[in-house]
Amino acid sequence: MFQKVWEAHEVDPETADTPAVLYIDTHLVHEVTSPQAFAVLRERGIGLRRPDRMLATIDHSSPTRTAQIFGGEPITIESAAKQISQLETNCAEFGVELFGLRSEQRGIVHIIGPELGLTQPGHTLVCGDSHTSTHGAFGALAFGIGSTEVGHVFATQCVLQRRPKTFALNVDGALGRGVTAKDLILYIIGRIGVSGGTGHVLEYRGAAIRALSMEERMTVCNMSIEAGARAGMIAPDETTYGYLKGRPRAPAGEDWERALERWRQLPSDADAKFDRELSFDGAAIEPMVTYGTNPGMVAAVSGSIPDASEDPAFNKALAYMGLHAGEPIGNQPVNVVFIGSCTNGRLSDLRGAAQLLRGRKIAHGVRALIVPGSQQIKKAAEAEGLDRIFIDAGAEWRESGCSMCLGMNGDLVGKGEYSISTSNRNFEGRQGPGARTLLASPLTAAASALRGRVTDPRDVLNG
Amino acid sequence: MEPIREIHSRTAVLPYSNIDTDQIIPARFLRTTTRDGLGKQLFADWRLSADGAVNAQFPLNRPEAAGCQVLVAGRNFGCGSSREHAPWALLDYGFRAVISTEIADIFRSNSLKNGLLPIVVDEKSGQWLLEHPGAEVTIDLPSTTLRLPDGVAIQFPIEAFARYCLLNGVDELGFLLAREREIAAYEQRSRA
Repeated sequence: MFQKVWEAHEVDPETADTPAVLYIDTHLVHEVTSPQAFAVLRERGIGLRRPDRMLATIDHSSPTRTAQIFGGEPITIESAAKQISQLETNCAEFGVELFGLRSEQRGIVHIIGPELGLTQPGHTLVCGDSHTSTHGAFGALAFGIGSTEVGHVFATQCVLQRRPKTFALNVDGALGRGVTAKDLILYIIGRIGVSGGTGHVLEYRGAAIRALSMEERMTVCNMSIEAGARAGMIAPDETTYGYLKGRPRAPAGEDWERALERWRQLPSDADAKFDRELSFDGAAIEPMVTYGTNPGMVAAVSGSIPDASEDPAFNKALAYMGLHAGEPIGNQPVNVVFIGSCTNGRLSDLRGAAQLLRGRKIAHGVRALIVPGSQQIKKAAEAEGLDRIFIDAGAEWRESGCSMCLGMNGDLVGKGEYSISTSNRNFEGRQGPGARTLLASPLTAAASALRGRVTDPRDVLNG
Repeated sequence: MEPIREIHSRTAVLPYSNIDTDQIIPARFLRTTTRDGLGKQLFADWRLSADGAVNAQFPLNRPEAAGCQVLVAGRNFGCGSSREHAPWALLDYGFRAVISTEIADIFRSNSLKNGLLPIVVDEKSGQWLLEHPGAEVTIDLPSTTLRLPDGVAIQFPIEAFARYCLLNGVDELGFLLAREREIAAYEQRSRA
């Protein structure tokens, strides 16, 4: 599949001396990694080659408090306000469609692409953000790029890339009750390591993958980068087509039929060869939670932190986390619960959390922040009454954005506090200086919110 | 971009694996619209305490690390986000090369586009370098070799086109812009 998409986008194939010139179908833009690229265009007097293939939104630096977006209260972080207004200026000057701060269609860049039907099978898609791998869930080749490459795409709609290798990950069997796509991908990263995918495009295959909804597939592909991979892909199938049909920017009418015909040719052939291949049993996966400072430092919620290692980075990570080798990870107290992000900020994630929080109260002293991935998701969640469930349980319900995943907008975890978070990175200081992040699924995060400590969601589901 | 041929420097060492881009430059410093002056925030949470005091124990704060242009780090340096602010911060601080046994893909690509050399070496050489901070090394880009103090020369891989651009101080955008005819032809045939 990767090969088919790659070859269909070669303007010039690679040679010994030069990388391939690869054409990009869709370029998503946000406020953090684009200003320097727009500046290069201005310096060199170059325009955008295909503004019609771009879409911009505001997600990383945007506030999540309703009053700061709709109520006229100022954005208190001056640098964030400046970055947002700079994107508005750039988009106006260069003619780029922007979902601005008060747009009903604004949201995290990796949530709104699929939501609009802009992310499509067989496409190439880039964004100046590493979690662009999310869009691979549709059988698109999607990867994160730096700001210099953002400038390349602005000016030429192309990137220069060496062809990556391929790595098939087969997950057979069925996931158990209370086990989610997030647990699956954390389990895989734990097995192959945070650089296990370096230089490769991952293709997730097998019965457990086929059984996932599109939202769940996005969670899996989203964290491909946490295994170091260039991209992650899942072959399109009826689930994919069912999700896309009727979305505002998906093909319609005769175009839809023609697109379907093309998309059905994309899945890897039965005898496709991969540079690497590994298989896992989906039924063996349990709810997972990280204990260290990278997503590969992960254990079953019911399990223990591994024994001490000679690796100084392992010991440094545990010291930072204030955790001890050999101890169980379950029952670790938590101060903050964050449910949201491009990994787990979709409607099904919110429904999962609500299922556990309905009619219950979050533990005393625990702060829970629930941030939908887009304004459309927020609206849909409110139509179902999920916001009431969260607020009644004692959680804060916010406007959409990246929020506490990386705290650029000021939604922070305090120094030394433990946060159980549905986001994608538990790096030191990721959620704020000195913050200690435990990555988990929305179910595990919600269960942990109720008890104030790391909790296996199956205990609550059964109880 | 200035052409690069040779870098001769002592090394500074961060002996940890998986040093991610959030350590190289924390997210709160990405609220900028330029690429300038990021060196002040390089490894901010490791170099400085919360009140801004200098952490004297941190390897880059030791007197012998002053002026080092080559950073040696554990496996999988630069993992995490696509922020080009990471190589910008390293360059602004004064580094011109990073050596590790493995360097994350996007960080490596971003580094090459800014004239920061990402150098991948074998386990044995990597281990030796981690154990010998302050080693005098020479990186020779024309011959793609890293010379250790004992004179041993290690060949390192570097993508051919990136090497050409670095040696000649040209950027890749010019190459892509010169492909206008091919790009237009692609759009025509794929009805893009």
